[in-house]
Order: sequence, then structure tokens, then C-alpha cells
Amino acid sequence: MANKYVTDEARKQIGKVSEPRTYEVERGAIRRFAEAIEDPNPLFNSEHDARKTRFGAMIAPPTFCRSMGAPIPNIRLDMPALRGLDGGSDWEYFVPIRAGDRITVQSRLVDLREAAGRLGPMVFTVVETTYTNQFGEVCVIQRSTGIRY
Amino acid sequence: MAKQIYFEDVDVGTEVGPLEKNPTTQQLVRYAGASGDFYQIHYDKDFALGNGLPGVILHGALKNAFLGHLMTDFAGEHGWLRKLGVQYRGMDQPGAKVVARGKVSKKYTEGGHHMVDCEIWLENANGEKTTPGSATVILPSRAES
Repeated sequence: MANKYVTDEARKQIGKVSEPRTYEVERGAIRRFAEAIEDPNPLFNSEHDARKTRFGAMIAPPTFCRSMGAPIPNIRLDMPALRGLDGGSDWEYFVPIRAGDRITVQSRLVDLREAAGRLGPMVFTVVETTYTNQFGEVCVIQRSTGIRY
Repeated sequence: MAKQIYFEDVDVGTEVGPLEKNPTTQQLVRYAGASGDFYQIHYDKDFALGNGLPGVILHGALKNAFLGHLMTDFAGEHGWLRKLGVQYRGMDQPGAKVVARGKVSKKYTEGGHHMVDCEIWLENANGEKTTPGSATVILPSRAES
């Protein structure tokens, strides 16, 4: 059956990228994030303790990247704006993000598909976001799935 | 820092965690501030009810963070969380405890690294897995320390 919303025309948007955005990773922002998720790990909370480790500095907890976004503008879908849900995320970690790093964030639409749900058609948008440090090293890649229905 | 676990210490079936969390509405507000996700279903009860929800619900990303906490505790200072995947299957509300758990599903050596794959999940007070996922950690080896 033909898709109702994710038409061939809509799928041409796959590959669309955001503008890159650069964020300075502040020590206080890492600590506030760790406090909000109630993770007392000294690597995320104590400069004093973290400096003595192989990392040499406070590092960001695994999902800290959620605080650094680069939205893709105007993903067009001819569907009524009803409800949105976060479907989940897949993360890959290559290089630690340290306090003081400057992280450039860029997102790319990697998939757009439709499935029949209990309440009608559901549209899945898969966005891959890459977090690169000031030395050009890819630190983190996140693929997250959004659901619209 | 907590006690370090080594590659030799784990086998298929080794338990990861548990890590108990007791999220409150206040924590959801703090998470909204720290992450920048201000979608009102996570702190405005009337807005949440108007959206057909039973009340405010936990951010999926906060549950993701709980599972990240589980895995960085497991990996320890000398380990490294290499992959983390989560799927939001069920809603969780503040005021009810959630428990992050996991178990080792595979151990192997790849590219000179000692890798451990884990099945992980967050379960509610009824033991239902609201947030299943998977993780891969690199662990240090006693042979090299």
C-alpha cells in the first residue's frame, strides 16, 4: 500500500543536513547535567578527582550530548501536526568529551519511513547527529528515532 | 572511585547493576533545564492530561541517562562505554521507582580490545521493561595491568 505521508517526494529530504553549531563544554554544565540525572560519578562531578585519572579532566556523561543540538530545518511532511514521541537512541562513543572542549554538532536526516499504527499511520524520522571536537576527532555519534502520529 | 571490574571477572549471564532511581517532578524540571528539553508533558500536569497522558511522564532521554549511569558504573574508571542503545516502549511517571538492570550477553576480543555486550533495561515497580536496550563496553584485562 502506498504511504499516506511519506511519499517519494517527502523521501527526497533524506540526506538533508543541519547547519553545524559549535558549543563550548563548560564544567558547570557537565556538573549540572550529572546532578540532574543523579549520577555522582567523580569523573562527571569533581575536577579534583577527575584530573588524577587517565582522562586528565572532568568528562561528560554518556547522554550529555542531548544538551547540544543542531536541528534540521523544515523537514516537510504533508501531515497534520498531531503528536510527537521520542522512539529511542543509539549511541557510539569514540573519544571522551572533556570540560573545555569545543564541540561542533551536525545532524543529518538518514531515514524517513511510515508504518501502520494502532491510531493510524505513524511516521518515523531517523536523525544522525555527529559531535566533533576542536581537534577534528569524532567523539560521539547519536542516531535517534522520532515518531509522529 | 568505585572498585574496577576486569574482563576476566565477567561471563555470559553476569548481572549488571541493579541501579535504583526514584525520579520526582523536581528531577524532571532539573533535567529539562540541564538538557534544554522543555516539552511541557514532562513538567506541566494540565498540559500532559490535555495530551491524553495519565500525568507528567519521564523524558525518554532521562531514562536513557539512567541506563548510561548503569553502564558507566559497570565499566568503571578504566573501562569505556563504546555503544549504548535504548528504545522507549512504555511510559514512566515521577513518584514511582524505576530500576536499571542488565546482564552480559557476549564477551570477545576485537581489535585488541576486550569487549563485553550487555542486554540492559529499565523496569518499573511491576517488573515491566519500559525501556529495553543494549550496550557494549571495553573492559581492562588483568593480563595487561
